[in-house]
Amino acid sequence: MTIAPEAPHATHRRREFTDNDGHPVGYGRMLRKEDPRFVRGQGKYVDDVVLPGMLHLAILRSPVAHARILSIDTSAAEAHPKVKAVVTGADLAKQGLAWMPTLSNDVQAVLVTDKVRFQGQEVAFVVAEDRYSARDALELIDVEYDVLPAVADVRNALAPDAPVIRDDLDGKKDNHCFDWETGDEAATAKVFDEAQVKVTQDMVYPRVHPAPMETCGCVADFERVAGKLTLWCTSQAPHAHRTLYALVAGIPEHKIRVISPDIGGGFGNKVPIYPGYVCSVVASIVTGKPVKWMEDRAENLISTGFARDYVMRGEIAATKDGRIQAIRTNVLADHGAFNGTAAPVKYPAGFFGVFTGSYDLDAAYCKMTAVYTNKAPGGVAYACSFRITEAVYLVERLVDCLAYELKMDPAELRRKNFIRPEQFPYTTQTGWVYDSGEYERTLDKAMELADYAGLRREQAQRREHGELMGIGMSFFTEAVGAGPRKDMDILGLGMADGCELRVHPTGKAVVRLSVQSQGQGHETTFAQIVAEELGIPPEDIDVVHGDTDNTPFGLGTYGSRSTPVSGAAAALVARKVRDKARIIASGMLECSIADLEWEKGSFHVTGDPTQSVTIQDIAMRAHGAGDLPEGLEAQICYNPENLTYPFGCYICVVDVDPGTAVVKVRKFVAVDDCGTQINPMIIEGQVQGGCAEGVGMALMQMIAFDEDGNCLSASFMDYLIPTALEVPHWINGSTVTPSPHHPIGAKGVGESATVGSPPAVVNAVIDALAPFGIRHADMPLTPSRVWDAMQGHPTPSF
Amino acid sequence: MRLSTTVNGEPVIREIEPRTLLVHFLRDDLGLTGTHWGCDTSNCGTCVVWLDGEPVKSCTVLAAMTGGHEVRTVESLEKDGVLDPVQQGFMECHGLQCGFCTPGMLMTARALLDRDPDPSEATIREAISGQICRCTGYTSIVHSVQWAADHPAGAPGDTVAAEDAAADEPAPQPVGGAS
Ligand code: FES
Ligand code: FES
Repeated sequence: MTIAPEAPHATHRRREFTDNDGHPVGYGRMLRKEDPRFVRGQGKYVDDVVLPGMLHLAILRSPVAHARILSIDTSAAEAHPKVKAVVTGADLAKQGLAWMPTLSNDVQAVLVTDKVRFQGQEVAFVVAEDRYSARDALELIDVEYDVLPAVADVRNALAPDAPVIRDDLDGKKDNHCFDWETGDEAATAKVFDEAQVKVTQDMVYPRVHPAPMETCGCVADFERVAGKLTLWCTSQAPHAHRTLYALVAGIPEHKIRVISPDIGGGFGNKVPIYPGYVCSVVASIVTGKPVKWMEDRAENLISTGFARDYVMRGEIAATKDGRIQAIRTNVLADHGAFNGTAAPVKYPAGFFGVFTGSYDLDAAYCKMTAVYTNKAPGGVAYACSFRITEAVYLVERLVDCLAYELKMDPAELRRKNFIRPEQFPYTTQTGWVYDSGEYERTLDKAMELADYAGLRREQAQRREHGELMGIGMSFFTEAVGAGPRKDMDILGLGMADGCELRVHPTGKAVVRLSVQSQGQGHETTFAQIVAEELGIPPEDIDVVHGDTDNTPFGLGTYGSRSTPVSGAAAALVARKVRDKARIIASGMLECSIADLEWEKGSFHVTGDPTQSVTIQDIAMRAHGAGDLPEGLEAQICYNPENLTYPFGCYICVVDVDPGTAVVKVRKFVAVDDCGTQINPMIIEGQVQGGCAEGVGMALMQMIAFDEDGNCLSASFMDYLIPTALEVPHWINGSTVTPSPHHPIGAKGVGESATVGSPPAVVNAVIDALAPFGIRHADMPLTPSRVWDAMQGHPTPSF
Repeated sequence: MRLSTTVNGEPVIREIEPRTLLVHFLRDDLGLTGTHWGCDTSNCGTCVVWLDGEPVKSCTVLAAMTGGHEVRTVESLEKDGVLDPVQQGFMECHGLQCGFCTPGMLMTARALLDRDPDPSEATIREAISGQICRCTGYTSIVHSVQWAADHPAGAPGDTVAAEDAAADEPAPQPVGGAS
């Protein structure tokens, strides 16, 4: 990737640290290196890639959710003057390409061969000279469908008479996908049997979609002579994708180059390999021309990686004075028509096992049943840190339900049950080892920033006047930075990340990452990490990412793993370079290595600061003549020893209009602890964005289906996304509890807010409705759902 | 059909299909890829450009309708190598992350400030309410527009005042101790 020349005003001011010469170096608020190109409209996204002779691909999708294909007539489409190729599932089957593996070791149809399994599924594709002609030709394809009854409601999927969706799988006679459990069932049952207080609550975390502003797409360019495929792609994981293309398409891996250029938001939506990418590769091979495919918004919403879709029964056991003893849950998980979950293989439910939250429990147990339905595949997407959104929602709603039954303040109930600082590292009842935490400090900070006591007083007054004001809190613990290779892989690829650093003779540097930014600002953050370690200004460090030919192998950016994994790699590779620099410095200063002291940017002889060499001097010397070690570069791969566990406390204040049931989020305080902070501005930005998404999930966003499996949320007219009018002015704060095992103590933050904010908003709405005696209502809390709840029938519905 | 229009001050004459949307004309025919496309239903605003000085959603305008009129895109905001204050404001206040919504936001912001040089927060939110940003949560976009309102002449060179920095950022912290 190239970085546009910086604007005269784009100098990166406002940093707190300087090197010996007063140059700014390292961590702190620094303006982003990528912004000068974005504000000029010079970002280069996939749809901006134009190659000579490029053709355009469009996909014909099924209008129904479940149907046998009786016939496909492509002759009229083929006759279109601008059409170059029309390809169906039968054509792909001849090449053995009609099916592809999913990231969960299931298979998914690239193009339908036997029957359609969800509305919007890929049936055929057209390649034409331009966008419009390709779309025109789709209209000319005639498909005869024999429509079958559909399974649209997950609760009906295992009914004895439910139609079997996956009859492509050998011997499959039902819609069961997998069972999974964690924790100790018997021990948990015992605690529940003896508990003084037990609360059970059913809740639905509806299907939502990440809907990044840029939809998914690619440009595939297969050069026949060289046998080389270059794929510009909206991918959050270019290296993993390259390996999978090699395995699926049989193209040797060294002949595949995947480039993720600028990406217009990902949030997990751009982790999977979609049929459209494979179709484009096939199209380029077939036509010998570069082929572009960009889906439209409806295609994005109906066919690409969705998230959540968990129907949960939660139970919490406690003493009468509010000590939480155990949590138990039973989950019915909707995985759609193909299990396309992108989670480490041993974790079919992602990291849902952290549903014990931030609390010190005696026992916990979860039993999950996952099923197939006639809905789009996916399951893990949307900034969820591998299902921690669902886990945190469950536990944080349960704690509020318990507070409601005990008539305790929800903040104090949480405080009473926190894992205490001295208990870290803390092994949860489901086996997760939390690295570090000081929860009460973060809680106190949030309560102070929000003026919690003042809010409760105001609420009491308003209630006297019939006003519906609610205060909601959530306290979350995340598990991010997947992950240790001994436990974690995706389709056999261990979840470690490489990093390569070269310092040029004049002391400028280039660092190459295996992770890839979709807006997170890696070009800035990773330059700062190296700057901090080497004492070179971040301006002098170029960050290369998103190109498999030019970066070391690694699994990419999702699950908030960039800073925990790749950030560690960047720090360690810089330290490796520094170690080499030390050897060269000892030669230059003619002293022993042990007599050298490092001060950001230079080595000096202990006791004599005048005897010093800068990292720039060393870089030049490393490339000069003589017998000192040559060059100043290094490469490493970082295999994390554990996950990192960021946490935070969010407080939301809402007003519910008693006449219209419209919820207005008035105030939102987010206090995050993501360990060591590299660029607080970027951290705050990511938290604010995640909070807006959380407000969307809690109040507006849901991918809904009718009973025939028709998707009712296929556009932004129906799938409502918050605008500037639906979200408040965010108030942010932070505490810093470094991770003990991470080289720089950083924990990651990208998904904290999407994990932590939905329960805070829902808890606030339910709190506002307390005068109606309501303990729960399901997301999204639209005016009609809130109104129903106020009338005494909160209806969980899809 | 033959289209004769003005884009970013330059006369443009092209043969186009009558149904060509302005967003596709700008991107595919003129290579002005700063204008983005993000939805099918006129909801997202990543495509906002100016038509005769007014922000419009270019996915909802036929290129043919711009005949004899004047179109401006994000590419025209920078003048003689000097960024428009709204461009500077978005960088200063972290008003963007992935950058996909940014060109549309910038065009709306510029139009707003031309109309109302000192808009309230509510006015700014209203002005950008036809546009979606999935990354920022909007507060930083509001700050960015306010920054531009406060710096109508921009901040040439490296003189972005230290007082701005002091106004909106926490005091320096030791490494690893930022709060
Ligand atoms: S592309 Fe979404 S409003 Fe124009
Ligand atoms: S910056 Fe990504 S959508 Fe606004």
